[in-house]
Amino acid sequence: MRIAPALTGLALATMVHAAPTQPVTSAAAALGYDDARHLLNRVGFGATQADVERFAGLTRDQAARKLLADTRTTAVTPPPAWTADSGPLRYPRAGEKASEAEKKMFQQEQIREGLQLRGWWVGEMLDTPSPLTERMTLFWHNHFVSSQQKVRLAKLMYRQNVTLRAHAVGNFGELLHAIGRDPAMVIYLDSAQNRKGTPNENFAREVMELFTLGEGSYSEQDVKEAARAFTGWSLDRSTGEFVFRRFIHDSSTKTVLGRAGALDGDQVLDILLAQPQTAEFITRKLWREFVSPDPDEAEVKRIARRFRDAHYDIKVALYGLLTAEAFYSADNRGTLVKSPIELVVGTLRQFDLKPGQTLPFAMAAAGMGQNLFSPPNVKGWPGQDTWINSTTLLARKQFLDRVFRVDETGTGMAAAPSETMLTKPAPKQALAPAGAQDEEKLRQAQFRRAMDRGLNSIQFDSTTWFAHFGAGADATRRAGDATRLLLATAPQTAPDPRSEPLALVRGIVLDVSYQLK
Amino acid sequence: MDRRSFLRLAATTPLIALPAGVTANLAWAGAPSGADYRNLVVLIELKGGNDGLNTLVPYTDPAYFALRPKLAIPRDQVIALTDSVGLHPALEPLLPLWKNREVAVLQGVGYPDPNLSHFRSIEIWDTASNSQEYLQDGWLTRTFDATPTPATFAADGVLIGSPDLGPLAGGGTRAIALANTEQFLRQARFAAPEGGSRNKALQHILKVEADILQAASRLSANQTFSTEFPSTGFGNAMRTAAQVIANQAGVAVVRVTLSGFDTHSGQPGTQARLLGELAGGIVALKGALDELGKWSNTLLLTYAEFGRRPRENLSNGSDHGTSSVHFALGGRVAGGLYGEQPPLDRLSGDGNPGHAIDFRSVYATVLDRWWGVPSQGPLGGRFAPVPMLRT
Repeated sequence: MRIAPALTGLALATMVHAAPTQPVTSAAAALGYDDARHLLNRVGFGATQADVERFAGLTRDQAARKLLADTRTTAVTPPPAWTADSGPLRYPRAGEKASEAEKKMFQQEQIREGLQLRGWWVGEMLDTPSPLTERMTLFWHNHFVSSQQKVRLAKLMYRQNVTLRAHAVGNFGELLHAIGRDPAMVIYLDSAQNRKGTPNENFAREVMELFTLGEGSYSEQDVKEAARAFTGWSLDRSTGEFVFRRFIHDSSTKTVLGRAGALDGDQVLDILLAQPQTAEFITRKLWREFVSPDPDEAEVKRIARRFRDAHYDIKVALYGLLTAEAFYSADNRGTLVKSPIELVVGTLRQFDLKPGQTLPFAMAAAGMGQNLFSPPNVKGWPGQDTWINSTTLLARKQFLDRVFRVDETGTGMAAAPSETMLTKPAPKQALAPAGAQDEEKLRQAQFRRAMDRGLNSIQFDSTTWFAHFGAGADATRRAGDATRLLLATAPQTAPDPRSEPLALVRGIVLDVSYQLK
Repeated sequence: MDRRSFLRLAATTPLIALPAGVTANLAWAGAPSGADYRNLVVLIELKGGNDGLNTLVPYTDPAYFALRPKLAIPRDQVIALTDSVGLHPALEPLLPLWKNREVAVLQGVGYPDPNLSHFRSIEIWDTASNSQEYLQDGWLTRTFDATPTPATFAADGVLIGSPDLGPLAGGGTRAIALANTEQFLRQARFAAPEGGSRNKALQHILKVEADILQAASRLSANQTFSTEFPSTGFGNAMRTAAQVIANQAGVAVVRVTLSGFDTHSGQPGTQARLLGELAGGIVALKGALDELGKWSNTLLLTYAEFGRRPRENLSNGSDHGTSSVHFALGGRVAGGLYGEQPPLDRLSGDGNPGHAIDFRSVYATVLDRWWGVPSQGPLGGRFAPVPMLRT
């Protein structure tokens, strides 16, 4: 492994001085309330009134530095206990004859652990003092995609998540090298099947197309040659650790992007990192994540050059984006669609809702099209407009409707379920006579019950929430304050200030503008 | 506002009162003579790239067994269709349809200069572009923009199993993604008619809301079938498809996605399971369409981003390939073999076969022959239809 260059502070310091092309006014401009809200909603999850007040008044430069200085590299929430098991992995091996019952048990165990993992991550997103770290961890999860659908072992998905978080706002080059050797990735992109003489091209292709260069910047021949360089990157099936198997590594000469030699996998990754296209590809993707759906190519090139010059210090790229003129431009406000996780976690954070159970909220996001640890394919969730279709828009609105529904039953906190209740498989009896349609109905009914329990564990307290604004009983000001905090663009239907506080909030979040950030 | 969104708005916004004659005239103007969208198309996407060579097996070709020492389907398991090709055993449920001459087997469907990336290749299929050409809109979107479906339709297309818009992406297409019909209708009350905007993301959300309102006002989930659907995800998707098709208000296209065909490793078990789900789902849908009397008005077509490489890899799987076999099924399909199996002794430098039928010829068959709408505009050129329909 390469040594981590201690770049961040230095590179940021250099950058501000060596920025003659950027007007001084933009970095030095002070953030108003709307600017601060915009910044925090773009880099975190649903900013509260207190969050916004903390950033209003800082300059753009100060705000970006403050965000980047406060990033964590580890989670604050304790992970499920099984993640600490150091024993050998339980894994029914292909060669050994596991009984059907053993296979089934393994499968159910992995499903259960996978659900706990989803609940844990949503819990971390809710509690972390460093939302940017979680947003970037999620960004990299959607960049260096692995899915539990294929990897199966929840423990490896957890370890990958830890790796993504450790480098989330660190160094992209180190992250790339770490991911190439990440056990979940080794399984997901078939590196373990990539052997001398019979290469499997899956990882070699995706590392160029999706992780670094982008389509069109390499040839089919580059893929074939690189695949040979990655031969031998494998997995110790008993420990779940990465292992390099020398005897299946192809040590002959390869040529990748014009560079020839007896290249190994790490050398190929370094060749990819040396290409300007890589920095531009990543910067463009970050632009779409944080700034606007339509990257400004000149700006992307400018920021990407700094990013590469800073040896891929991710903070340098983020600083460039968060202080770019385009970031605060009026044309780009409210132009990004909130991801399901942003909508769900953002809503909980924004309204000070502390659920007793977090898994139902991970499942709510899954119902809207974002099932953590299971992106649809190696390209990840395409995001933006594709988040919204007839199914997912209705799922979003139904979720919001239920969070802000007047609770007629008064069950409230009492109904919070235990984790086991939620993840326990359905009783056999109930499943036995069911046909396909009934099974589907049963599954939906279980899902609804789990959601009910989760939603019953939170209670929106409108009096306390509105008190944060300090507006007192002035109804018009109350409506204005809430709209300003909650919506990134003007509402399609102006809220009626005469509404009761709960109805007012409900009206605002059900406005389509609430789907945007 | 373009005409299509105007029609949509008129149809879904009760607040705007239009003289009845205006909408009637516009709706009439939108229905060209000859276009018949009562003929339904059901697209079945085999996502991930189904291995065509083990789907339609050239069971007498020594080259096939030489390329696939482990992966080849043993000759005695192949369901022979002719004395040289036969089906994967998991497709056996389709045999009665084949014998009834209602299955067209399209061999070697692909395109020149093939791309081996999942994402780029499916984009080429979805937009009906050339290999080096980048288009925004799906081929069906361009078709419906040029020749709109009747305004009374519940939607242009319904997507089941994957919300990815694929051939219905872009433009003014009214596409509805469904998990199941009952749930959709239950939730549709959350959609509210709202105004317009210049913000592209906001425009998109507003359009989805308008489409939901139109579809919800015209769909029902009351139909029950005596046909049993298999208890698989795909079986459920096909039941949802049947419910959509049962509605009085039409749709022109239903697209159902079956995922998991990217079999780089452990292919035999995975592909057998998926092909079994596929065949079971198709047979069930056929049963439901018979109940509705719509089998003769329906054309089922499979498609995928690519097939897989003839030479097996060492992971008991196969890597990304090029052309592949596809199926067309329906009461008015002229059963039989079309195209030809690309010869396995003449593979390209990267070990992949050429193609016999351009996928756009299949699309041209849908447009020119099935719907009676011009294909040249939407497909960006003239492609000869495949003579796979009975006239």
